[in-house]
Amino acid sequence: MLRIRNLKCYYGRIRAISGVSLSVREQELIALIGANGAGKSTLLQTICGLLPSWEGEIEFEKNSLHGLKPPEIVKKGISLVPEGRLLFPPMSVLDNLKLGAYLRYRQRDHENVGKDLEEVLELFPVLRERSRQAAGTLSGGEQQMLAMGRALMARPRLLLLDEPSMGLAPFLVRLILDVLLKLKERGMTVLLVEQNARAALQIADRGYVLENGQIVLEGLSSDLLADQEVKRAYLGKDYREFYDGRE
Amino acid sequence: MRGLENRNSHMKYALFSLSIVLTGWWVSNPYYLQLLTFIGIYTVLALGLNMLMGYAGQISLGHAAFYGIGAYTTAIATVHWNWPPWLGLLLALGLTAVIAFLIALPMLKLTGYYLGMGTLGFGMIFYILFREWTGFTGGTSGLVGIPPLSIGALTLDTGSGYFYLVWGIVVVCFVICERIVNSRVGRALRAIHDSERAAAAMGVDTSRLKVWVFVLSAVFASLAGFLYAHLVTFISPDSFDFIVSIRIVTMVVIGGMASIWGSLLGASVLTFLPDWLHVFSDYEMVVYGLILMVVMIFLPQGFTRGMLDIYERARSRYSRPSTSPQG
Repeated sequence: MLRIRNLKCYYGRIRAISGVSLSVREQELIALIGANGAGKSTLLQTICGLLPSWEGEIEFEKNSLHGLKPPEIVKKGISLVPEGRLLFPPMSVLDNLKLGAYLRYRQRDHENVGKDLEEVLELFPVLRERSRQAAGTLSGGEQQMLAMGRALMARPRLLLLDEPSMGLAPFLVRLILDVLLKLKERGMTVLLVEQNARAALQIADRGYVLENGQIVLEGLSSDLLADQEVKRAYLGKDYREFYDGRE
Repeated sequence: MRGLENRNSHMKYALFSLSIVLTGWWVSNPYYLQLLTFIGIYTVLALGLNMLMGYAGQISLGHAAFYGIGAYTTAIATVHWNWPPWLGLLLALGLTAVIAFLIALPMLKLTGYYLGMGTLGFGMIFYILFREWTGFTGGTSGLVGIPPLSIGALTLDTGSGYFYLVWGIVVVCFVICERIVNSRVGRALRAIHDSERAAAAMGVDTSRLKVWVFVLSAVFASLAGFLYAHLVTFISPDSFDFIVSIRIVTMVVIGGMASIWGSLLGASVLTFLPDWLHVFSDYEMVVYGLILMVVMIFLPQGFTRGMLDIYERARSRYSRPSTSPQG
């Protein structure tokens, strides 16, 4: 569904991603893990067209995304849940959700938008209770749910999530990941960027490990969870386990 | 739900129109009628800038330029070329839209202070143009003999005729703006205000929408300029200088950012205030500066919103023991 080949991204003259290749198949849940500054968010923003200067190839359903602006990419069926949620705080929850369907209102798709709104509110019942409230008054977990709901309102086929677990209590992380699994069951394809590698790999089919703008490891999630390198660097296994006897 | 909201807004406009008619019928003093007519013109100006500044969050410190373009275009068309005024209106609106579009393309790549500086710059340029292009604009001595407006055989030069025309236009502008604000475009404008990046991620074509709202806002200013020129029948560059731009910004800030009805309040306050306090006119700039500072520091949402917030806070404090917090 999504195929990236030899992608290089630049911030001015600084290269943030140097030659990444990855693929996401239909109805897969892919985890992209890596430390701060590895280039994870850059990668997602590039796919969404928010970062205009890149080289290489990004194909979505066999069509190149080169030179496309964000609205066109949203129209193609890719939605981003951005890092730090980027909600519109003074606007009501309902207005935030409606903004997610911005392009569909233009196509006079009101009836289906209404249906999807109902579906999103069913998926996140707490948003229904707060629908008239300003988005800025929600708690962190509710805001994350709103950001996800907003992205779903565009009726994407590929959902990109940038660190949805950031700053959330463990049970909320669980809740968010459960929703992702539910979406996957309904046929959604998901590319999940996470620092919380364990949680991400537990629900993902496959995973990629990004380091300094390059993919250093890839494979089935179960393999990655068992991998020594991954364990040491990302899963926070006890330091002792690896360095026993050397100190 | 939607039906109810519609009925509410219909009621609101019916009441508003009724109060306009009653005011026009009740106020017979020509001086006050003219003052009220000016408020109407300023309301159109403030409303236009509010769409740009209050909703989309793009500041313009040069809106007097579009106000001036509207006034000068219709004045030149009617005085020099003997066009009928209504044709002058079309030319004014069209020309303003084109100029605003051309200015917006490079200008709206700027944000924040830089956008303020840029718009300030073109405001200055147009002021100098009005003053120095003597062959066309009459220079500092201005343009005299702009004909009054007429509809059919009805000449709108008496105070009440023009009053009804201006306020009729105000009502129409209110309806247009309210419809825009409550549509998907209005939501997108507010989204741009909060975060352009997030708005783009939602699929909003931010640069196009910003140019669009800039042009809309300029056309409103041009309409106000047209109404002004045919009301006073004499225009000079000083009516469109820097301080006028600041006055419009102050109206928006006092009335409240992102508040359609606030524009009416802001325009009223800033028209009545100098009239009631004659001392005020000498220190106009000082007072505007003070108002802007005080409102920005203490009531950043604008005067109306700030007052409402204070009221709501007070109410919830007094009623807390009896009612549940669920709102």
